[in-house]
Amino acid sequence: MRKVAIYGKGGIGKSTTTQNTVAGLAEMGKKVMVVGCDPKADSTRLLLGGLAQRTVLDTLREEGEDVELDDVRKLGYAGVMCTESGGPEPGVGCAGRGIITSINLLEQLGAYAESQALDYVFYDVLGDVVCGGFAMPIREGKAKEIYIVVSGEMMAMYAANNICKGIVKFAEAGGVRLGGLICNSRNVDNEEEMIGAFAAKLGTHMIHFVPRDNVVQRAEINRKTVIDYEPRHGQADQYRQLAGKIDINENMVIPTPLEIEELEKLLIDYGMVA
Amino acid sequence: MLLRHTHPEIKPRSALTVNPAKTCQPIGAMYAALGIHGCLPHSHGSQGCYAYHRSALTRHYKEPVMAATSAFTEGASVFGGQANLLQAIDNIFTVYEPEVIAVHTTCLSETIGDDIPQIVSKARADGRIPEGKYVFHANTPSYVGSHVTGFANMTKAMVDYFAESNGRKNTTINVIPGYVEPADMTEVRRLASEMGIATIVFPDTANVLNSAMTGKYKMFPEGGVTIAQLKQSGSSRGTIALGTLASGSAGLAMDAKCKVPCQTLNLPIGLHDTDLFVDALHHMAGVNVPESIDLERGQLIDAITDWHQYLYGKRVGLVGDPDQLLSLSRFLTALDMRPVYIATGTPAGKKYEQSLRDTLAGIPDDVQVKVPGDMFLFHQWIKNEPVDLLIGNTYVKYIARDEDIPYVRFGFPILDRMGHSYFPSVGYRGALRLLEKILDALLDRKERDCSDIAFELVL
Repeated sequence: MRKVAIYGKGGIGKSTTTQNTVAGLAEMGKKVMVVGCDPKADSTRLLLGGLAQRTVLDTLREEGEDVELDDVRKLGYAGVMCTESGGPEPGVGCAGRGIITSINLLEQLGAYAESQALDYVFYDVLGDVVCGGFAMPIREGKAKEIYIVVSGEMMAMYAANNICKGIVKFAEAGGVRLGGLICNSRNVDNEEEMIGAFAAKLGTHMIHFVPRDNVVQRAEINRKTVIDYEPRHGQADQYRQLAGKIDINENMVIPTPLEIEELEKLLIDYGMVA
Repeated sequence: MLLRHTHPEIKPRSALTVNPAKTCQPIGAMYAALGIHGCLPHSHGSQGCYAYHRSALTRHYKEPVMAATSAFTEGASVFGGQANLLQAIDNIFTVYEPEVIAVHTTCLSETIGDDIPQIVSKARADGRIPEGKYVFHANTPSYVGSHVTGFANMTKAMVDYFAESNGRKNTTINVIPGYVEPADMTEVRRLASEMGIATIVFPDTANVLNSAMTGKYKMFPEGGVTIAQLKQSGSSRGTIALGTLASGSAGLAMDAKCKVPCQTLNLPIGLHDTDLFVDALHHMAGVNVPESIDLERGQLIDAITDWHQYLYGKRVGLVGDPDQLLSLSRFLTALDMRPVYIATGTPAGKKYEQSLRDTLAGIPDDVQVKVPGDMFLFHQWIKNEPVDLLIGNTYVKYIARDEDIPYVRFGFPILDRMGHSYFPSVGYRGALRLLEKILDALLDRKERDCSDIAFELVL
């Protein structure tokens, strides 16, 4: 079983990219579980066809400790297993602790057990890794490989660089590795070349360049992944390619984060020259 | 030799505290809250916190200490403690019927950021707080300050929530006694009443944590300042706050909120600081100091004179809370003793440390002060150059035993002797008692160790 965590700046398209990629893997016949680690609980909406699911923490709160795996896990598109950690309403409690609690609970309930015969677990994590709780998926060897969703916008690259700093810390202790950058295009000038160079400086590679296409939005409005909504569309093939590249990816590294000056220079070299 | 591993070589330490000479904020907050009549302290956190805080107080006072808890579970720490606190308020007013609930926070509820005023106002809006009853709160994260900070925060909360000015000033004087024993609170009140001054003492744990065995259990003992008194305190003529660390912030809050002028003094431990307290009462209330107080003072001076020869030049090591240490050092120097080593676990600040050093300026020995420090360092100092006497809480007894040094128990906590909650150490009488204890310890040692020839019937 490969355990994958997806990180990236808030709003960059982590959940959308994850679900579309997972749909691609599922289409290939892989057995996948998606664990949403965001208090908003919107990481599995496209796979489930809506926000129908009760979160792990809601269930824990309502049912107490007596929770069954089927209470918190729903089957979605092509047999993908979907769970959402959930969390407190904005402004109260501790969302980070919520993620820790729910991942521990899923482990206790045997969601990752051999008997589940999973090929992949995907953790989709809230953009801003603001505290230890949001690092839970990469602690203690839970997720082994990380993909960072990024675009050519400066703040997205800045966030990706920061996430790499976090990975370095956990890589030394727990064995987590960076599998690559996924560029979710924002149509920035020279985007593909810049992210490619950025990846090289981080010691990794850009695993795939996902072009921007409005079909993604149309599929989202219809609560579906692109593969599900318009399987013949070229964008669906992009996600299939990404899924395929992840499936055969063996490029796992401890990243080498950039100094801020170096990052800014990269932006100037690629952004301004164009 | 339980502390035989303490090495005399002192190395710089920054990330490690050994035998910390302090405990956590909620203990002080709980103690202060018990000084309100009919008050049930409530710990907003997990059960372990409240169990420890209650037992810490019970071990010191040998009295039952009642409190409630929000009993946080994993769910409460994720979703916030509002539901638990609302349910607790319901249960407490239904089952135990206190006049007031004093909520203090814990590390957990502070870290997740529970907003207690919002929860309390919701409880009131929901009708969970009966008419004429109150819920108030203090923030007491244990990773900040010490038990003294918690006491100060809860005492200030009493002012913030209850004190109100009716526009006219009466002749009453507020006395904020500081983090002292129930017997000390009685003693400051007695001194004021000897002078004919009406006082509001808050918090006041007299007859709460040293109450009488009557054969009948009362959940809320007779003692404690009432909510009515706390409200009236905003119309008093003035406030005397005893101890900068424990009482200063409440005194300032009273001045800011109700325009009651505040004078902050050292704890009235020893001759000079009691003089200052009596003098402040005399000026603030505009009354004469009666002969009865002159007599008490005169007796203290007489005793100091009679026994001075056994005190002169004795080196003393002190561990305790900052307000106590400051006054006690001053008293010891007045006795011509030499408080050479002083450590407190409470981070009391540079200004405090400076006033402590000023007090010790006349001592010819090499003086060591650490604020905040710990008992490990304190022990190392002693290993390097011994002292003649130790004064501190019960934890100091390990050092006293290992180093075979005479030792007087004083401060918080005292877990293994009686007396502290019944006999004051503040005021002239308190100073006499301290003098008695110090002399007993020194003279018992002298007679244990001296030759047969030097062993005298009459001293």
